[in-house]
Amino acid sequence: MKVIPGRQIKNTRAEARAFLVRAWTLFGIAVGISTILVGRLFQLQVLEYEYYETRSEHNRIEVQPVAAGRGLIFDRHGVLLAENRSVSSLEIVKERTTNVVETINAVRGLIEIQESEIEAFHRRLARKRRPYQSVALKLRLREEEAAVIRVNGHLLPGVRVSSIAARHYPLGEVVSHAVGSVRRITVDDLNRLDRSQYAATRYVGRRGIEAFYEPVLHGDVGYRRVEVDVRGRVIRQLELSPPVKGGDLKLHLDSRLQILAYNALGDRRGAVVAIEPGSGGILAMVSRPSYNPNLFVSGMTVQEYRSLNSSRDLPLFNRAAQGQYAPGSTFKPIVGLAAVSKGVTSWDETIVDQGWFKLPGQRRIFRDWSWTPEDAGGQGIVDLRRAIYRSSNVYFYDLATRLKIDALSGFASQFGLGSDTALDVYEAVDGILPSREWKYGVRGEDWYTGDTVNMGIGQGYLLVTPLQLATVASVFATRGQWKHPRMLFSRDDPSLNSTQSPPPPISGPSQKDWELMIGAMEEVVHRGDRGIGGNGTAWSYIGRDIAYRMAGKSGTAQVVGINQDAQYDEAELNEYERKHAWFIAFAPSDDPVIALAVLVENGGGGSSVAAPIAREILDAYLLPKIASNR
Amino acid sequence: MKEYTRYLTNGLRLRSEESRNHNFHLDPMLLAPLLCIVGIGLAVLYSAVHQDLSILENQSVKLLVGFVAMTLAAWLHPRVYLRFAPVLYAIGLILLVAVFLFGTTVKGSQRWLDLPGLPRFQPSELMKVTVPLTVAWFLHDRPLPPRTIEVGIALLVAVVPAILVMLQPDLGTAILVVSGGLLVVLLSGVRWRLVLAGALTVVSLIPAYWYFFMNEYQKKRVFTLFDPESDPLGAGWSIIQSTTALGSGGLLGKGLFEGTQSRLEFLPESHTDFIMAVIGEELGFMGVVTLIILYVLVLARGMHIAVQSGDTFGRLAAGGLTLTFFVHVVLNIAVVSGLLPVTGAPLPLVSFGGTSAIAILVGFGIVMSIHTHRGWR
Repeated sequence: MKVIPGRQIKNTRAEARAFLVRAWTLFGIAVGISTILVGRLFQLQVLEYEYYETRSEHNRIEVQPVAAGRGLIFDRHGVLLAENRSVSSLEIVKERTTNVVETINAVRGLIEIQESEIEAFHRRLARKRRPYQSVALKLRLREEEAAVIRVNGHLLPGVRVSSIAARHYPLGEVVSHAVGSVRRITVDDLNRLDRSQYAATRYVGRRGIEAFYEPVLHGDVGYRRVEVDVRGRVIRQLELSPPVKGGDLKLHLDSRLQILAYNALGDRRGAVVAIEPGSGGILAMVSRPSYNPNLFVSGMTVQEYRSLNSSRDLPLFNRAAQGQYAPGSTFKPIVGLAAVSKGVTSWDETIVDQGWFKLPGQRRIFRDWSWTPEDAGGQGIVDLRRAIYRSSNVYFYDLATRLKIDALSGFASQFGLGSDTALDVYEAVDGILPSREWKYGVRGEDWYTGDTVNMGIGQGYLLVTPLQLATVASVFATRGQWKHPRMLFSRDDPSLNSTQSPPPPISGPSQKDWELMIGAMEEVVHRGDRGIGGNGTAWSYIGRDIAYRMAGKSGTAQVVGINQDAQYDEAELNEYERKHAWFIAFAPSDDPVIALAVLVENGGGGSSVAAPIAREILDAYLLPKIASNR
Repeated sequence: MKEYTRYLTNGLRLRSEESRNHNFHLDPMLLAPLLCIVGIGLAVLYSAVHQDLSILENQSVKLLVGFVAMTLAAWLHPRVYLRFAPVLYAIGLILLVAVFLFGTTVKGSQRWLDLPGLPRFQPSELMKVTVPLTVAWFLHDRPLPPRTIEVGIALLVAVVPAILVMLQPDLGTAILVVSGGLLVVLLSGVRWRLVLAGALTVVSLIPAYWYFFMNEYQKKRVFTLFDPESDPLGAGWSIIQSTTALGSGGLLGKGLFEGTQSRLEFLPESHTDFIMAVIGEELGFMGVVTLIILYVLVLARGMHIAVQSGDTFGRLAAGGLTLTFFVHVVLNIAVVSGLLPVTGAPLPLVSFGGTSAIAILVGFGIVMSIHTHRGWR
């Protein structure tokens, strides 16, 4: 034992005793701390077990919605109008890359990536996300781009190509207004839609059939329970409740006729609607200019969208169902039928048409289309039949005046004017069928007889859509026994095969009245070789060499008012102020299988501009049928 | 020379009565719980590394080296440790400075030393053993309880290496190095008044430490301890996932290899610092408590050996080494169960890692040597 001078001597026995106490005291403290730890573990593992158990399950198990395949859309012959295609996008998992910027540069060495896409990528990357969650860099890879990335995958850690099903329209802009299109779901859409149903859905029907039959086409979302790791990688699937594919739709649309009508309109602004009178089925619905619906799926640049949206020609606007125009002379057969069925006139009664009409006691002159400042116009002696095939304005000014607005408006409403009678045309508009009540309600003015005079030739307040006029043609074709126009041909689900009762037949005209009126409408097309003033208005344009009987009526609707003394001069008017050309027709006239309306906006004369288009379409539809019947 | 060898190893000579159980100077009562812990540890480690045999083999080899080193350490006479404690300490300091100058950086910390011809190791782990030995050496021939100045010097012995460790930065190991010295001082019988004063001083220094020495990320760890949900995907992630793993294990656990938190990698560092959470998840409360009981058995046996020791150095060294080990255990479990902020501290003998396990086993070899060489002077 060492003794240090001036210090206490080391007392080994006392130290050993003191150590004993110290050692076991510290041991006691250690055991006490251990007890606290055990208590904490008891709290976590026994008392709060359920909470943490739930949490752990929540970590590991993900319920993923599985999108249902969107129903396909076919035309009446089974031609595919809307299908689903796999589209690839490029995604980056930041945690797997060594350097995101370098990775993007490497990708840029292989495929084209816009600066804006990189900016968007960094914005998405900055958002809060789970570790290892991928972030999209480029959407809509072309197939060769996807292939290049896949081949070089080993050089690009963290880069992957993922695929989703996207809508595709094989016929593109030809059917866009009829079939419509889908667009990427927006927040507004989600607020309107059932969020759980749309949990996995990327696109929603925006226009046309796609929008109207959205609930059918969408199908039912499925779910799968999967086990995921911390990177969100699916380790295994625990449970699957499969989605129910959306219902396929077969439309009345005849894509051959649709393409033909689309081409027949050419670059002119306008619309064609063709209806199968027996069923009300819409065989063709074209509106031009059109747009490529595939752009709404794949997305387009801001400039592309702006030019679509702000074009003066309104390519997104469905003229066939939403464009409202004065029907012009195509309205005259309705006026005529109304008058004979009310007994206001008879088929034998004649008037003298000198080219102008005046109401008693008024100075205003209502002109015939043949009127000239030299006062040389006029159709001479006209009965109803001649008034139709010569399209005499003066006759119908007089007739409408005698018929009066209430009878005319009431009768015309039976043809579906002033209302949307189509069963499934998306956002079809009502048009305007004026009446005393309408004018007082909308304008706060009384109805004047002058208004009735204008309405007698389909001008004034009266507005119709091409779809409505095609319906009128179809009603004439069936002699008043008519069906609601519709797009849908059939579907497996019987609930969609409409149970809606057909509209009541047109009351008033007798069978003979119908036949005489249709006869007059045949004369519009077929009465020829009788010299000017004797021929049907459309004969010289379409009446020659025709293999079937067609009933038709031209119309030329004024867009701007013409001064009392001025003559309408096409050359002097700006393009958008010229008259709209109309032609309605159905054929064969004794047993019609097709009825249509053709509109060419600012096209000029109905017979000269719209009628040839109608003939082209009818030829294309009927000639093969006639040939096969022989 | 022959004499010297005998002097060092005379415990090895077979003596009829005394050394019946001491052929290798191992203490079975201490060895048994250690082996149990290592056994459980290897099983859980195998699970935590997704049943990767190569990692298991790697760790098994290191543990084997550790047990061999333990046997050797137990075989050497305590007086060797008494004599060489300051030398080991000096070497340890030099190594720490070497780490500071040219250590290898892994995950942002410069902790490892790559010396040619040696496997990569962490000198800071060796300090956990060397510091208690050195403080015990310093105090062993002084009259106890030590005077304040002696306490100060003893603490300095612990604090100097701890500062070097903290600079790596490795707060967990630094705390353990300091506590190694502190515990020996406590065992030396320092007056409770002084302990209290010291504790108060430390507490009063915490705000200064907070403002002047703590990194932003360290502060964040403290904040997230109280409210891990404030940043569930960032700083709170470890605590949330670790308590979730523990809690979801329940009473009996999900079964070995069945822990989803670790298998699906929600639990970070599942084979190192957070391996306790894997045990809790797969073996449940029962498994965790069993392990804690084994640790307490080690502690109890170590303290018993310390009390039994006939000399001051043996008492202080055995007690200090054992208590340091236990603080190590407590620190790890407290972090994993969300009671203390995250301070990278592995679970002794269970977490993956060679230097730590070898250092701990060598430490217990010294404890065994102190016990099995009783009365051999």
